[in-house]
Amino acid sequence: MFSFIVSRLLQALPVMLVVSFISFAMFAYVGDPVAIMLGQDFTEAQRQALITDLGLDKPFFVQFLSFLGNAAQGEFGLSYRLSRPVAELIAERAPATLELALCAAIVALAVGVPMGVYTGLYRNSWLSRFFLTFSLVGVSLPTFLIGILLILTFSVWLGWLPSFGRGDVVRLGWWSTGFLTWGGLKALILPAITLGLFQLTLIMRLVRSEMMEVLRTDYIKFARARGLPNRAVHFGHALKNTLVPVITIAGLQLGAIIAFAIVTETVFQWPGMGLLFIQSVGSADIPVMAAYLMMIALVFVTINLVVDLLYYAVDPRLRIGRGKGH
Amino acid sequence: MMRRMMLAAAMLLGLGMAADALAQARVVRWAASGDPNTLDPHSQNVGTVSMVLRQIYDPLIARNQRLGLEPGLALSWTQVEPNRWRFVLRQGVKFHEGEDFSAEDVVFSITRALAPTSNFGIFVDTIERAEAVDRFTVDIVTKTVDPILPNKLASIFMVSKGWSERHNATRPQNTRQREEMHTVRNTNGTGAFRMTAREPDVRTVLSRNPDWWGWREAGNVGNVTEIQFRPIASDATRVAALLSGEVDFVLDPPIQDLNRLRNAPNTRVVEGPEVRTLFIAMDTFRDELLYSDVRGRNPLRDLRVRQALYHAIDIAAIQRTIMRGQSVPTGTLFPEQVQGFVREEDVRLPFDAARARALLAEAGYPKGFEITLDCSNNRYVNDEQICQAIAAMWARVGVRTRLNSMPIAPFFAKIQRDDTSIFMLGWGVPTLDGLYSFQSLLATRNGAQGDGIWNHGRYSNPQMDALVQRMKTQQGAERQAAMREALRLYREDVPHIPLHHQVVPWAMRSNIQMPHMANNEPQFRWAVVN
Repeated sequence: MFSFIVSRLLQALPVMLVVSFISFAMFAYVGDPVAIMLGQDFTEAQRQALITDLGLDKPFFVQFLSFLGNAAQGEFGLSYRLSRPVAELIAERAPATLELALCAAIVALAVGVPMGVYTGLYRNSWLSRFFLTFSLVGVSLPTFLIGILLILTFSVWLGWLPSFGRGDVVRLGWWSTGFLTWGGLKALILPAITLGLFQLTLIMRLVRSEMMEVLRTDYIKFARARGLPNRAVHFGHALKNTLVPVITIAGLQLGAIIAFAIVTETVFQWPGMGLLFIQSVGSADIPVMAAYLMMIALVFVTINLVVDLLYYAVDPRLRIGRGKGH
Repeated sequence: MMRRMMLAAAMLLGLGMAADALAQARVVRWAASGDPNTLDPHSQNVGTVSMVLRQIYDPLIARNQRLGLEPGLALSWTQVEPNRWRFVLRQGVKFHEGEDFSAEDVVFSITRALAPTSNFGIFVDTIERAEAVDRFTVDIVTKTVDPILPNKLASIFMVSKGWSERHNATRPQNTRQREEMHTVRNTNGTGAFRMTAREPDVRTVLSRNPDWWGWREAGNVGNVTEIQFRPIASDATRVAALLSGEVDFVLDPPIQDLNRLRNAPNTRVVEGPEVRTLFIAMDTFRDELLYSDVRGRNPLRDLRVRQALYHAIDIAAIQRTIMRGQSVPTGTLFPEQVQGFVREEDVRLPFDAARARALLAEAGYPKGFEITLDCSNNRYVNDEQICQAIAAMWARVGVRTRLNSMPIAPFFAKIQRDDTSIFMLGWGVPTLDGLYSFQSLLATRNGAQGDGIWNHGRYSNPQMDALVQRMKTQQGAERQAAMREALRLYREDVPHIPLHHQVVPWAMRSNIQMPHMANNEPQFRWAVVN
């Protein structure tokens, strides 16, 4: 078990290195932070001083190495745009994104799984057809359009829900939460649906096909032959066996939800990390962009590791393969 | 029964009191696409920062609703010697945190704006030093004669010396520092509103400062008690928030939604000209263009080619279809709000495709040529669409134009390396004096503060340079004559193809009265909420 984790961690290291290198190299092309920071009026001397200040006159690899060295200590420097420590900025924005991602994942699971079960069981009912058409919309409409349509319906026409922001938040130490106030919960609804819709339809289709697959297997036929009630067969035997791949996918998708919250956060002016990233791109704020990309890479690597460990726990063949089987 | 009636009466009373409180609390929820990146008063000279700071801080000399100069923290100013201006300060003014305002704060603020990390150099470029004469008199000594010093000082906010020293913020923030400076997120001004909450990129709350000196002056009729500023980056969301009543005032509504906002029952649109002019600038320096198929010579050095490109532009069509009427086509460098404007020089070369073709043939390009137009796509109103239209119009007279549009960050980086053949730029004039434009855009670059720093076509004409020198030092009629001559030269020499002045619409709930400002900075001390 221990050597398995260590080997996984060793594999993760080069991934992180490559990501940091690529993201750092990319930034050479997003624009010149100096031009943004100087504004409309400056002299050549001021420009040179700023370039030296930021260390942009050093060779690329020297810049990269010093960046890596600092990053390893969690030190990403000061944001060019906001003149505040990057780590602090990201820590400040993380709760918003994580709460949103959590709600989106819950929406996707709580709605997607029952819908998938239903469409798997009653393939030809009109409701199943409706669900399938709906899922097609969810997959094919771009996120920003879904968000704007929701805003138009629920904020502008009906006036039920806020169109932007997090509502009222409560501070619990360094964490700020919208779960404890009515306004905060209301503000969560539209963004969570927008962000979770794609995952919802994905999970629904996955559960549906898995259900159909499982319902054809011998043990289901055997269970029916034993005269078990439908409910026990469907939920006790069939659904249980479809959930293993669903949980794997849902876990991996959680990373995607966090990473792709950018669009949803922009539409709803949700003050999370994605919005921070977009604003940093606009002003070539390299320290923030680098830190964000590194963090997203870390999230993916961590989730992959956890999923691998879950497999290890679930699938006995992995253990046998390492020569430690019974 | 009795108890129930008492309860009802108490509830009615409670309701009445709540209504009273509502009537007194006049909150304006203000949205714009961008949040101020810093609150340091001398660090970043950009609109998103100064539009918020202007509610909190006062300059020595303020601007009225038509952008004319009026007393701010200085009651009067005179040029006692050619190089010395004397300012008599207002007495009894207090900063929001209680410090008294006096001459030493003025000296400190000017010195702070002169620091190398300040982004306000152009407004203090001629200042040698500031001296306190007595507690409420300050002298500013200039290196050269500066006739427009008062215009420039309208952009310099006054900060408290004691407060800045206590918080170790005697210079504007510096990127080299590892730690955040106090002034990045805290303010202490003398202005009409004081900041009571600040969450960067989320919200900024300003409360009315009942002790502000200006509430006693005529004209400051505003009744706003609280401003809640919320940045909303997405255009559609910003409009939706206004329509649903979640915000009251939108500084930058997208122009495709203006009609909808005009027709909605509870919102209205106020529009006025902005002091920002869009133009096409050209590389008239290199012997061969970087991005063209013409070899061995630079077609843009030929006046006839520049005139041909000018003649080819149908500005009325751009105004009608792309700007939906929200622009003022122009033939000159800056709009009429700017000192030095001459109406007779605001004449365009007419749209005439045949003439354009003839001029190109005359210049030796009967079959036209190929060129790349660099353009931003997120800075000015509909900038990318304007460039697309111009590229098509030029193609019609034979100049095959490739459009290279990109976001502002790489665009500015590219043109600041002079890595362009022809590009579109929008230029605002914060000093409201024509020198600012001539000096930055048309003077030959020589390393001095301001001269030619945005002259990326590297236009160079000794006649123009001489005129800029005259504008810097001369006064009165002589200076105006230099300005007039420079504008005539601009029209004859075609270093730019002027396009239009932007018009800025503001959208708000119908119950708000807010005078439109041509510098695109709302002043809530004049806002009335009913």
